[in-house]
Amino acid sequence: MSHWKLICKLEDIPALGSRIVRPPKGGDIAIFRTSDDKVFALHDKCPHRGGPLSQGLVHGERVTCPLHGWNIGLADGQAVAPDVGGCDRFDVKVENGEVWLAI
Amino acid sequence: MSKPRLVLIGNGMAGVRTIEELLKIAPDHYEITIFGAEPHPNYNRILLSPVLAGEMTVAEIVLNELDWYASNGITLHTGKQVVAIDRVRRKVIADDGSEAPYDRLLIATGSTPFMLPIPGNDLPGVIGYRDIKDTDEMIATAKVHKHAVVIGGGLLGLEAANGLKLRGMDVTVVHIGPWLLERQLDETAGRMLQQSLEDKGLKFLLQKQTEMLVQGESGRVAAVRFKDGMQIPADLVVMAAGIRPNYALAEKSGIYCNRGIVVNDTMQTYDPKIYAVGECVSHRGIAYGLVAPLFEQAKVAANHLAGYGIGRYTGSVTSTKLKVTGIDLFSAGDFMGGKDTEEIVLNDPHGGVYKKLVIKDNKLVGGVMYGDTADGPWYFQLLKDARDIHDIRDSLIFGQSLVGDVGHAGNSKAAAMADSAEVCGCNGVTKGTIVKAIKEQGLFTLDEVKKHTKAASSCGSCAGLVEQILASTIGGAYTPAASDKKPICGCTEHSHQKVREAIRNEHLTTKEAVFAELGWTTPNGCEKCRPAINYYLISTWPHEAKDDPQSRLINERSHANIQKDGTYSVVPRMWGGLTTPAELRAIADVAEKYQVPTVKVTGGQRIDLLGIKKEDLPAVWADLNAAGMVSGHAYGKSIRTVKTCVGAEHCRFGTQLAMDMGVKLEKMLFDMYAPHKVKLAVSGCPRNCAEAGIKDVGVIGVDSGYELYVGGNGGIKTEVAQFLCKVKSDEEVMEYSGAFLELYRQEAWYLERTCHWLERVGLDYVKGRIVEDEDGRRTLYAGLVAALKDAKDPWSTSREAQPLKQFIPITVAA
Ligand code: SRM
Ligand SMILES: Cc1cc2nc3c(=O)[nH]c(=O)nc-3n(C[C@H](O)[C@H](O)[C@H](O)COP(=O)(O)OP(=O)(O)OC[C@H]3O[C@@H](n4cnc5c(N)ncnc54)[C@H](O)[C@@H]3O)c2cc1C
Ligand code: SF4
Ligand code: FES
Repeated sequence: MSHWKLICKLEDIPALGSRIVRPPKGGDIAIFRTSDDKVFALHDKCPHRGGPLSQGLVHGERVTCPLHGWNIGLADGQAVAPDVGGCDRFDVKVENGEVWLAI
Repeated sequence: MSKPRLVLIGNGMAGVRTIEELLKIAPDHYEITIFGAEPHPNYNRILLSPVLAGEMTVAEIVLNELDWYASNGITLHTGKQVVAIDRVRRKVIADDGSEAPYDRLLIATGSTPFMLPIPGNDLPGVIGYRDIKDTDEMIATAKVHKHAVVIGGGLLGLEAANGLKLRGMDVTVVHIGPWLLERQLDETAGRMLQQSLEDKGLKFLLQKQTEMLVQGESGRVAAVRFKDGMQIPADLVVMAAGIRPNYALAEKSGIYCNRGIVVNDTMQTYDPKIYAVGECVSHRGIAYGLVAPLFEQAKVAANHLAGYGIGRYTGSVTSTKLKVTGIDLFSAGDFMGGKDTEEIVLNDPHGGVYKKLVIKDNKLVGGVMYGDTADGPWYFQLLKDARDIHDIRDSLIFGQSLVGDVGHAGNSKAAAMADSAEVCGCNGVTKGTIVKAIKEQGLFTLDEVKKHTKAASSCGSCAGLVEQILASTIGGAYTPAASDKKPICGCTEHSHQKVREAIRNEHLTTKEAVFAELGWTTPNGCEKCRPAINYYLISTWPHEAKDDPQSRLINERSHANIQKDGTYSVVPRMWGGLTTPAELRAIADVAEKYQVPTVKVTGGQRIDLLGIKKEDLPAVWADLNAAGMVSGHAYGKSIRTVKTCVGAEHCRFGTQLAMDMGVKLEKMLFDMYAPHKVKLAVSGCPRNCAEAGIKDVGVIGVDSGYELYVGGNGGIKTEVAQFLCKVKSDEEVMEYSGAFLELYRQEAWYLERTCHWLERVGLDYVKGRIVEDEDGRRTLYAGLVAALKDAKDPWSTSREAQPLKQFIPITVAA
């Protein structure tokens, strides 16, 4: 069962950027903020060779992995074709300017 | 409201490509219906040649499977020929009586083989070579009959003849011209080609006029008779004497035609509701017969159908490549030349190599290559770019590798490579994998190959080789765009040049303004265009445009180099490669305090601390700053290092103070961002121990002053720097190299190193701006000094600023 946890304020994540969330167990989670203030969360591990997606460049609803440039969809954690593979995604919500993550 | 209806007549390469382009930019705009006379989904007609030759199957050449049509909501009628267009009621009518109304109509009916008007041209066994049906018939005939005659020694005819020969037939090619491929080759190359094809067992009858086809007892064709009375046996006659644009339907419907459906630069016919693309079209009096131009037309037509109204088709320069395995032949542009052109020819009949380049006003306008086509794509690019070749003219004919690049891509020949040979060393991609992807996925451009195979997508040094493989696999279908017209990325139609100009001319200072002004198709760009635009903004409007960290890739955002395990490496600056015991002690302390796993001397004369955790970066910087050290920018598209030798300070041969000069240059350029990284070196004498010959700017001390070299590169492809000029004083070294780098910063495209920029614009241009124009040089130099006037150490500024948050992970309690 996952629980909603308060993570940070929306403004703590730069627009078109991300932050790393370190949960008590399981690997790092990257939370992303788009230009229109949507927030997404993915396991911080690229499906290609495990690159830290939190360090990537965010554009539209995608992030480009910093290591070899795969594009990963923020909503579904799936690599953009022709690449294939995916990483875990997590539910996130923004309420009153606060970001909550289901872990 | 229901969607407007778009009907396409002709389910072939140009038409369906237009639909694909349309779906990319306006996916839900139309209700689409397609009529195709053939019973198949859209396939790659070009690859009928390998199918005939037995190298591929029909199933492998399908470009759009039936479920592609379904999943895009397209109604497809295969095996139905449209017989009438009712322009008043705006509907089309097919041969089975079915009808489809339209709001916009797209005609892409291709062309038909020209059947010589001679007696017997309708006998059984006499066919054209155009579609799957023809190919199947040839394959079936080859199983039961012996003698084939191909009429026409053009590309299509030779590919047909080669295929039939491989299928076991005895093949004679009849050609009216004086040599083969007289529309693509000059006589010398044509004769060489004939020789190699004869070696493969083909027979040729040149300058022969066919009089009639003779019927045999079975009712089938049995022989070909010529005007001179000669007669040869023939169980199969393939007419490959040319194609005719297929515009009968359009003409019958009252659309203006003149040897093709006449269209304007937006691909619109005289009926504004009707567009046309492909071989059926006559654009500015030309009907093209290769796919590359058709694809350009498709892009323009799609844009206008989508209602964007941008883009014009202004015609194409084409190149061709014969797709006969083992034969290397390439031609492009105006290769015959005329009275106001000059030619450079290399002719080695025994070595089987022939090259001819046609030059007009110091520009390459055409070329033919036989036997060694490795440089075909390079020449073609020079031709499309209309690059002034005067400075490379002496070695032009010997190809790109002699024009100064000795990297690993320079000496490989695509056609001669085995399928198992590795093409891309970074990603381990073989030639076989690339060829397979090109054929099976229907790839036509370098970008598509990069995406699908990863070849040439890392360091890019094999891009030329991949282009060659592409050209030899799909023949003339491959055309590079002129460099200054290539779109930056998939978010836009605009090129780097266009974007740079818009930023300057329209005084744009934010990425949002650029996106709005130039109609970007994505909300905030992508990983390719954003860093480029950010750089253009801050280099064009220094102190005015604000840097956008989120548009920088991670290394520049975190002022350190990311490693494969997600840790970082830190390289403090050591001005001119000099250090002190105190600095070394501080580095040693940092290494111990933060348990840095690796300490390494770099190739840039300084020390690298590798394997630092991101959250430790601000503290590491603070410690280094405290010892007086600043960022070495080892991560940036920026000034990297100025390497020096010991110079006249110590060396018995030294003529100039190399260390001193190097430190001055490095301080002048501190925190300078550029289209790509920038490296300098200063040597104290021509022995050149600092390797100034492979730097972006190389300075070599001589007795009377300094020699300046520019555009060297020691990386992927070694480029030797070119001599710019000689100067007398340290001040002049700073002024000339500063001006050179400012020109590069202002005019090069993002990710172009100085050597690539110089290759594009030519050394003469740079000399004109830097050496010959004294006022211009001073202005450029002043511009650089002003842009860097209050440069700060990014380590100390980012320790103070808000982005510091990026270094701190948010921990969540259990
Ligand atoms: C650290 C260093 C290797 C070393 O241990 O010596 C190094 C390391 C990297 N080089 Fe280099 N290069 C290093 C000197 C060189 C040199 C030698 C020199 O500078 O004299 C060259 C050839 C000279 C040249 O650039 O003309 C060099 C040519 C390249 C290239 C090819 C550039 C080109 O235009 O062809 C790349 C790829 C790129 O930049 O796109 C590259 C890219 C890289 C990157 C940044 C790859 C990356 O993007 O992650 C490497 C980072 C490794 C890491 O894990 O941190 N490195 N690299 C050297 C740092 C020098 C410094 O003090 O700043
Ligand atoms: C064997 C062969 C090898 C080739 N090799 C090369 C090469 O190496 N490089 C290169 O660049 N080009 C090559 N080409 C040429 C290339 O295939 C054509 O330029 C390209 O296919 C033209 O596209 P298109 O859409 O205009 O016509 P097509 O692809 O011919 O499509 C037209 C379609 O419209 C259909 N049609 C016509 N009239 C009607 C109607 N009234 N109703 C319904 N449907 C209709 C036709 O049946 C056809 O399917 C080759 C061609 C052949 C035949
Ligand atoms: S340091 Fe340079 S040469 Fe070595 S592996 Fe990395 S990029 Fe390649
Ligand atoms: S690890 Fe992400 S692209 Fe390679």
